[in-house]
This record gives sequence, structure tokens and C-alpha cells, in this order.
Amino acid sequence: MKRRDFFRTTIPATVLPAVINGFSLKSFAEDSPLHALLANATDTDHVLVIVQLSGGNDGLNMVLPRDNYSAYFNARTNIAIPEAKILALNKFNNTGLNPAMRSMQTLFNDGKLGIVQAVGYPQPNFSHFRATDIWMSATDSAQVLTSGWGGRYLNYEYPNFPNGYPNSSMPDPLGIQIGSVTSLTFQGPAVNMGMSISNPTSFYNLLNGVEDPAPNTPAGKELKYVRLVSKQTQQYATVVKNAAANVPVQGSYPANNSLADQLKIVARLVKGGLKTRLYMVSYGGFDTHSLQVNPNDTTIGTHANLLKNISDAIKAFQDDLKNLGVEERVVGMTFSEFGRRIKSNSSGGTDHGAAAPMILFGKNVTPAVWGNSPALPANATVNDNIPMQYDFRSVYASLLENWLCVKNSDLQTIMLKNFQNIPLVNSASCKNVNPNTSGTNLITNYPNPFTSSTTISFKTEGGHTLIQIMDTLGRVLSTPFEQEALPGTYYITFNSDALPSGVYYARLQNGAIQQVRIMMKAK
Amino acid sequence: MDRRAFLQSRKKKIAAPDVSSFKVARTTSGLTPYNGTFGTNEIIHLLKRTMFGAAKADVDYFKTKTLSQAVNELLTIPSTPASPVKNYASSVTAGDPDMAIVAGSTWINTNTTDGGIDSQRVSSFKSWWMGLMINQNRSILEKMVLFWHNHFATETNDIGRAIWSYQNNTILRKNAVGNFKQFVKDITLDTGMLRYLNGYLNTNTAPDENYGREMQELFTIGKGIDNGSPPYSENDVKAAAKVLTGWTINNTTNTSIFNSAKHDITNKQFSSFYNNTIITGRSGAAGANELDDMINMIFATNETALFLCRKIYRWFVYYDIDATTEANVITPLAQVFRSNNYEIKPVLDALLKSEHFFDTLNQGCQIKSPVDANVSLCREFGVVFPLTSDYVNAYYMWDYIRSQSSNMQQNIGDPPDVAGWKPYYQAPQFYEIWINSDTLPKRNQFTDTLANNGFTRNGKNIKIDFIAFAKTMPNPGDPNELINDSITYLFRLPLTQTSKNQLKTDILLSGQTQDHYWTDAWVAYIANPNDTVNATIVKNRLHDLYQYLMRLAEYQLA
Repeated sequence: MKRRDFFRTTIPATVLPAVINGFSLKSFAEDSPLHALLANATDTDHVLVIVQLSGGNDGLNMVLPRDNYSAYFNARTNIAIPEAKILALNKFNNTGLNPAMRSMQTLFNDGKLGIVQAVGYPQPNFSHFRATDIWMSATDSAQVLTSGWGGRYLNYEYPNFPNGYPNSSMPDPLGIQIGSVTSLTFQGPAVNMGMSISNPTSFYNLLNGVEDPAPNTPAGKELKYVRLVSKQTQQYATVVKNAAANVPVQGSYPANNSLADQLKIVARLVKGGLKTRLYMVSYGGFDTHSLQVNPNDTTIGTHANLLKNISDAIKAFQDDLKNLGVEERVVGMTFSEFGRRIKSNSSGGTDHGAAAPMILFGKNVTPAVWGNSPALPANATVNDNIPMQYDFRSVYASLLENWLCVKNSDLQTIMLKNFQNIPLVNSASCKNVNPNTSGTNLITNYPNPFTSSTTISFKTEGGHTLIQIMDTLGRVLSTPFEQEALPGTYYITFNSDALPSGVYYARLQNGAIQQVRIMMKAK
Repeated sequence: MDRRAFLQSRKKKIAAPDVSSFKVARTTSGLTPYNGTFGTNEIIHLLKRTMFGAAKADVDYFKTKTLSQAVNELLTIPSTPASPVKNYASSVTAGDPDMAIVAGSTWINTNTTDGGIDSQRVSSFKSWWMGLMINQNRSILEKMVLFWHNHFATETNDIGRAIWSYQNNTILRKNAVGNFKQFVKDITLDTGMLRYLNGYLNTNTAPDENYGREMQELFTIGKGIDNGSPPYSENDVKAAAKVLTGWTINNTTNTSIFNSAKHDITNKQFSSFYNNTIITGRSGAAGANELDDMINMIFATNETALFLCRKIYRWFVYYDIDATTEANVITPLAQVFRSNNYEIKPVLDALLKSEHFFDTLNQGCQIKSPVDANVSLCREFGVVFPLTSDYVNAYYMWDYIRSQSSNMQQNIGDPPDVAGWKPYYQAPQFYEIWINSDTLPKRNQFTDTLANNGFTRNGKNIKIDFIAFAKTMPNPGDPNELINDSITYLFRLPLTQTSKNQLKTDILLSGQTQDHYWTDAWVAYIANPNDTVNATIVKNRLHDLYQYLMRLAEYQLA
């Protein structure tokens, strides 16, 4: 029997109001005293879509350093994208995209894409699991936390969940993960704030009305029964299904592209009227240890296919949002647990690395390349990693503050400490922060190369100013300067007596700005 | 309490969906001894039905036994447990004997005049009972005690004295697999039952028919197959009530006594159903013997054995008794019951060793009762409770499991009425009544609680240690085997390979495609279990896996 028929024929009319939203006795009266406590979530209709690229995306072959091509080429001759094939970006001549990403090139040139260079965190971890947990929990590398940043955000906006939910001010799931179980990202301090689904594929099933068969046995009969109640009781099943049903027609999405399939559902639910703030989708296969490109043509192959799929899926999503009239409300970001090593390996692939670019998409994204092309040593060795320019938590914090309109004073409770704000999005609807990026060298050192000590000079516009010294593995070796500084130029001496010779990075962070300076210690 | 008045006053229940139109295959197998494989699957089936859950250690234990040895061992009753203890603050009512009881020693031999104290004793009694279930031996005893509590249902609220509720429970324990005729006599004269069904007020001048009716309708004869019209007559109810006049309770000694002055000494005439038996009225102390005559009369019919075998069947096998099952299982089982002079153990022995019990069509088809679901979770995941010697905290935690079960509509000690819990008699839904739009989310919330932060009271915490559980699995480092084995022990129905692959990829591998990522993480944890990072990697993924499994509908089946 179809569930709809079932409702019509077997539920006595007297109980219909109690079960129609699928939460029966748990539904709260609209005038419940809880509502007073729940009504003060931030007023915004903004949506953030988180795209997880699992496996560790090779960011260096996705976003290419046109201004440093020879170092790039030397580091990965066997997989390097030919210089002539790199896709150019309007007004950002130093940076280009993998030739498989024509759709994203279009998005960028249309002003709907932002790129943040070399995003990472100090003391990077190279284990898939641990690195994924770090990105999802948004902790320091050494800190272990069982809640996720999205969960903490949702807990801040919707305290006490699930008690009192759904309710009239938040009738919909707080966070939805498509096509998978709810992840650590949505884990709140006590409970998971994401939508729970009862079967790995049930979200699709929910939308399409498909059900796994149960055996024709007494056990199968009881299983069907429990599933039936489970569906009725899944607190949000009905609202999600109704939202999907509100949008019968959508734009076209590329076929055989699971990311596109997932984003299509997101567009449908956003347009369908869900007040859900966070969506998470995931796309795997980025663990490209070998043969990531076709040896005869490095512009095609495994990694190119992945990039093409991301690029096409996001472009189709963006076009669909526009046609559906909800383009103003949605911003998305990609992340991967790590980038890959600067130097390719001999099997035509790349091993686990550190910092990598993040891509932001949406009509309200600031169309810019944030930061410089990654600092690449002239002769990269096998252990060299791209030094971080931006902390990934700065990206999260900026999106929370500028897109989801979290008060600056509350950010720290979600993000656990203060992170710099980067004007990644047009934050007019929340508040204005002044972007102030600079092409000039704000940090430099002399002598360079140096033998034992060198003087680092840097310019700050004032306010919080931080200098970190990192090695090529991305480990922070010291923090020689961190204070609320007056505007001006400062000089500090970096003493390297205890360190082996090699490449080091000096990183300046000042408000929204950071720069990385490559320093060479010689014998 | 008068069941009929009570039923009328009950609040309207949420209607549950009717899926009775699903047509399912039943089986023709009968009581022929089962000769097939007695392996992991069969042991788990046997244990999930006869105990609360199939804990891995118990399954391993029985792997060295034959089916016959296993059932024989399960049917062995362990020694009498220690009595419930005083876990509450002393009464402040002047002269209350409860004051003399030392904290941590039992209250069952000391009356109290303080109603507040008595209600705390009821709570102590229930916690104690829940603790016995959680700490059960490898025995059918606790499942049988709950069965008999459902059968000879009483409510602590109506009994009104914790000592009597406790005494009632000891009678259920003493007779759990004993002689049913003796059991009926014991329960008839039980202080708790005399109070609950007003037997103590049943006198020659003012007969109270309550117990005389339920004794036949609910405890022995039943209302016939499909709860049709009972074979006995209304006059039989009246006659039975007269037989039982004079039995009452000594409130000081907490014993049942026979007061011959209140006994109806007339002859009691029964209907043709009882072969027109006349029980001769007797005066003086001999009046008490009329009860034995009546029990003999009741047990001389075929109905009592049939009725009990159907109830046992619905408790241990499945609720649907079709004509084939009635002929192939119930009828021969009732014959076993009668030919063994109503000894209970031979009936359980025949059923639990039968082809029918192990028929694949009869596996996995029970919806766990709330108590079964919650106690099984604690036992299967090896949730660590405070030691029994730390009685204050142990009772707190047992009370938590009890109260959760109660929220899910099974409050031990207080079933809804004298008919017991509806899932064991109410056609056509039976077990399905346990699951509705209110109770299923509560089940999920309970498993979520124990999976997440656990339950904390008085500084003590109980929660599931998923790493410890995974370690008990044969090969936890292999993500495929870990998922397969976990499903084997926690579920009775398989998952499709597609689902298992997805669980593996999405959860254990965090989206990676190669199994070694889980293996590496597990090996790293085992090599250095004190490393918080390694432990968290493994713990997060196991948590997600098991929480997910516990939220699937399959987890509700046994």
C-alpha cells in the first residue's frame, strides 16, 4: 500500500492533526513556554552549503600558480598541467584553473566564485580520519573534540534541540546532510543537530517514495510495521517531502554526477521553503596516490574528471538557483581534509599534504582570489608542503559572521577562539567589514638566505597582528609577534640557531590580511 | 481494582497504523525436536527469546554446548537473590518501625506506617527487580518472572504495600518453571493478589466476585481461542467467589489467613463446562480445602493447558496462532503440560527444543518489549553499572532504565490492568502496539542518550563504550567483518550488501574507498590505546556506526 493511501484510509480522522506532521504526541503547542526561549534565533534566510571533497584534493592541480609556473612545473613534471592550457581568471592573472574546470572559470568571470589560497592549520595531520575530524570539529590539530563546528553553530542558534523542536519558528531540520549519515560537522555538544535518516539511501527514498523490500516472513511483516511508524515519526520527513514537492521543475544537471544529484536536492529544498541553514553534501575519490592524470595528456584523467564533475555540478546548481529565484540566499564552500604534496610521486600521483585552496560559490561571494599563489620552493623535495596562508577556521568564522550573521561577540563560543575575518562574501545583509587586501609585500626579511638570524620586517594596519614561523611541513615553530599593534612597520629578529638549514615560512596575519614570506636558511 | 471500571476510564490511546492486511508466510513445523545446526544464529535466537538480549560472552559460552545442554542450562533456576534494600532516607514519622532499618539492609520484614516511605519502598522494589534483569544469570528465570507478572498481573499502586508487591514477586520467582497447579494456589493466596483483586474483602455476607472471575478468565481457562465467549458461565464466577470467601490478609504478619467465620459454607454448584461439579461446603478450618477442590476441577478441563500454552507461545515465539500452529504446536504442547501434571519446565523444554521454535520463519519476528529492548541494550553492549554494593548509585541507575521502559509504556510492577500488557493479547496488532509515534522516538532517544553522553546521576555515569564492544567482535580491524559481526549480534535480519557497503564507506572509512584506512586506524588505536587522538578517531566512527544501527527498524526486532 502506498503511504499516502494509507493515511487516507486507516488513520482515524480524530488523530490526524496529531500525526500529520509526523511528530504526534511530541508536537508542541504554538504557545508553549518554550517558544519564548526559542524565538530568538538570528533572523536571516541565508543558506550555507558545505561541499566535502573526501580523500584529500590536490589543490595545486586545481588552482594553478601562473606567476610561479616554473617552480610548479619542476615540482611535478609528470602531472603538471601545460602552461598554455591553464584557464585564466579575469583580473587575477597570477592564478588559473585546471582546464577541466571551464564551468567554474565561467562562474568566476561572472562574479560568482571566490578562491581562498592555501587554507590549512598549524601542525597539519596527514591521516584521512584525523584530518577530517579536525576540519569537521574545527579544533586545533592537537585538540580532540567530539562536537562539530556546524553543530556548535546550530546549538547556538537553536539551543536545547531536540527538546521543543520542531516549532513554529523553526519547523524544519536545522541541518541536512544529503545522501549519507549525519557527520561530525553537525554534531552538537550533546546531540547531533543534523537530520537523522533511517537508512543510508533513505533520503533519496524519502523524496522519491521508494522503499527497500522486506522479506515475506513474520519478521518482514514486523519490520515493515516498525519502518512505517518510523517514517511517520521521523520528525521532519513530512516537511522535507512537502518542500521537495513544491518544486516540480528544476534546471538541468549533468548526468552521472553524484555531486550534481545531491546539489539538485539542495536547490529543490531551498526553493521548496525549508528554513534549514546548513546543508552538507559530499563527493569522494580524491585520494589520488597514483595515476591522477593520463600520462599522455595531463589535462585528462582521474583528477580532471573529479574537477570537471565538481565544476559542472556547482555551475548547474548556481544556474538552477538563479532560475528558481533563490540565488541571493545561497553560498557554498568546498573543503577537503588536506591538499597534497607539492612534489608529485613517481607513480603519477600525489601523497597526503597540507594546505589547499577552498572554493566559495554563490551570487554573494566576493569574486576574488584571496592570498597569493602558494609559496613553492624552487626545488621541492618529497616532504615539502604548501604552507598555510589562511586558517580554515577563519573561513568558517567569516562565513558564520558575514553570511550567517552570527554576532562577532558570539563567534568565539562556536569557533573556540578568535579567528581573522575575511570578507569572503557580500555581507551587506549582516554588516559591513572592509576588505583590504594588498598586493604589496607586507612582510619581508633580510638577509635572505641567512645563516643564523634574519630580520623580519612587516607592516600592520593596526589591530591584532600575528607573525608565525612555520617549517615546510606546516608546523608552527614559533610565534615571535602577537599583539594589538598600532599601525606601522615593525622589525623583529628571527634567531634560527637550533634549526636545520632549509626553507622556512614567515606568516603575517593582520585582520583580514595575511602574507607568507619564504625564508631560506643556508649553511 | 475492578478491571472493567478501570478499562472504561482509560485515556484514549493514539491509534497505531493497521498493517494486518500484510499477508505473510507461516510455518507448518511442529514440536518435533530440532536436529539442525545449533550455531551462532540459533544460539542468538534462543538467547534473545529466553534472556534479555544475546550478549556476546553468553553466545560464546553456549557455542560449546548442544542445543539440549543449552536449553537444560537455561531452564535451571539460580538461587534466590538478595532482597531489595533500604536506599531511601528514614521515615520521620514518630514510632515508625522503618526507622530501625539500617540503610542498605532490607525492608521486606519490617512494616511501615508512613505512606511516603512505602512508595519509596515500591521504587526500591522496582529498581531491585530491574537490577536482577540487567544482572541476570544464564537462565530463563527473569524472562519467566516477567512473563508471569504479565500473566498474573498486579499493580503496586493498588496493592498499596511494598512488602506485598515484593511477596507477590517472590511467588512468581519460586514457581517460575515449577508446577502450575501449585502456582495457581500460591497466587490465589498471595497477599498482593488478595489485595489487588479484592479477595481479602470476599466474605459470605458480601461476596466479591473479582478474583473468582479473573482466576478463570485470565489466569486459567481463558476466554477460548481468539478471546471469544468463555466456556464457563456467570454462575461459575459466582460459585468460585463463594469457594474463596474467608481468605484475607493479616496486616501485621503480612500473611494470608483463612477466617472460617467469613466463609460461605454452602455447596457450590458449577456448570456443565465443569461437569456440573458440586464443591461441598465445609465449615471451620476445613473450608480452606475447598480451594484445592476448585483447582482440581479447573485443571481437569482441557482449556487451562491450551490457554497457558498459547500465552507461552506468544511470549516466546510469535503472536499469530493460526489453525496450523494451534494443531501442530499448541495442542501437543498442552498435552505435554497435562501429561506432566502441569509442570511448566517440560513445556518450555519441548517448545525451546522444537523445529517450530527454530523455524527460520519464527526468527526475528518479535518486536522487543520496552523492558526487553532496554535491558538487552545494557547487556549486549555491556553497559557498566555501579556495583551492587554501591546500592545507592546502583539503584539510581536501575531506576533510570525502569523509568525509561515505563515511558515507553512498560512499567514493571504496574501493568495497565489485570489483563497485563496488550501486546500479548490484543488482536490483531499484538507486539506492534509497543511501537507508535510516541514510543518509537522515545526508544531512539534512549539509545541516543546511552550512545552519546550517557545518563548521569549523583556523579555516576552509565553509557555505552563502543570501543569495548567492538573489541569483543572477532575481527574489529576489518571493516567488513566488523559490520557483519555487529549486525549478527545486534540484528535478527540481514542488511543488504549495498547498505553495508555504504555504512562502511560513509562511516568507518569517512568516505574513503580503501578498507585499510579503518584497519590502520584500529591498529593504531590498539597499539597505543592511551593516545586520545587515535582513540577518538575510532570512537567517533564506532559511535556513528552503532547509533545508526540502533536507529534502524531492524534493531527493534528479536
